[in-house]
Amino acid sequence: MSGRLFSLPIALVFAAMVVPVHAATIEITMENLVISPAEISARVGDTITWINKDVFAHTATAKNGDFDVTLPPKKSATSVLKKAGTVEYYCRYHPNMKATLKVEP
Amino acid sequence: MFTRRSAAIAAAILLSSPALLQSASAADKPTDPQIAHIAYTAGVIDINAAKQAQKKAKSKDVKAFAEDMLRDHEAVNKQALALVKKLNVTPEDNDTSKALSKQASDKLAELDKLSGAAFDKAYVANEVAYHKQVNGALETQLIPSANNAELKSLLQTGLKIFQGHQQHAEHVVAELK
Repeated sequence: MSGRLFSLPIALVFAAMVVPVHAATIEITMENLVISPAEISARVGDTITWINKDVFAHTATAKNGDFDVTLPPKKSATSVLKKAGTVEYYCRYHPNMKATLKVEP
Repeated sequence: MFTRRSAAIAAAILLSSPALLQSASAADKPTDPQIAHIAYTAGVIDINAAKQAQKKAKSKDVKAFAEDMLRDHEAVNKQALALVKKLNVTPEDNDTSKALSKQASDKLAELDKLSGAAFDKAYVANEVAYHKQVNGALETQLIPSANNAELKSLLQTGLKIFQGHQQHAEHVVAELK
């Protein structure tokens, strides 16, 4: 019991130090060769969870080179947003799959 | 107007697909076990073509395209095998599958004689023609004939991905010029 009381404030301090206050996790899904949502806003420090529900391998590749995530079939991956800006990205294997990620500072 | 136009498109697709034209007159509506066989065969054909291209292609774009074909068609066929197993269906050989295989082995032999840029061009041009043929067959014959909902859905996903392949191949053809 005393251990729990002790560790809670520490955990709070630790969280405040490492993670920006409003950091969120945003899910972007690739299913049936469609990226959804097609357009979404996030903030620097947020984490994107890329979820590939297809039996095909996909990538989330930023046109400006900010990120290039490879997603094997039925797998997911995460990336933390480090730079603000509007990023258009697509799947290198299936270039018809396109979407936009707006990263606010 | 629309009907006339789509009829013309359907006719064009049939004319460009000798293998599928034959089967259309023999049996208008293939059964699910036949459809599964045709779809799987069509995938194997493109996988073999891609393997040949991986050995022979010179251009980086063509090599990358072949790699994409291998990855996607293997994924679709793996899914198709899992589905026939689940449905307890035995794919059934048929005239369309046979005609497709014959056409493909002739093409492999023809392309095997080419090398370098000539191979690259011929391979990608054939990929455009082949995907057009398969997509036409999926749209006009295989998808409408499929009874099982899961089979139909797999064919629809296949069509979507193969339409992307056709566009990709057309793009590579344009780049090679």
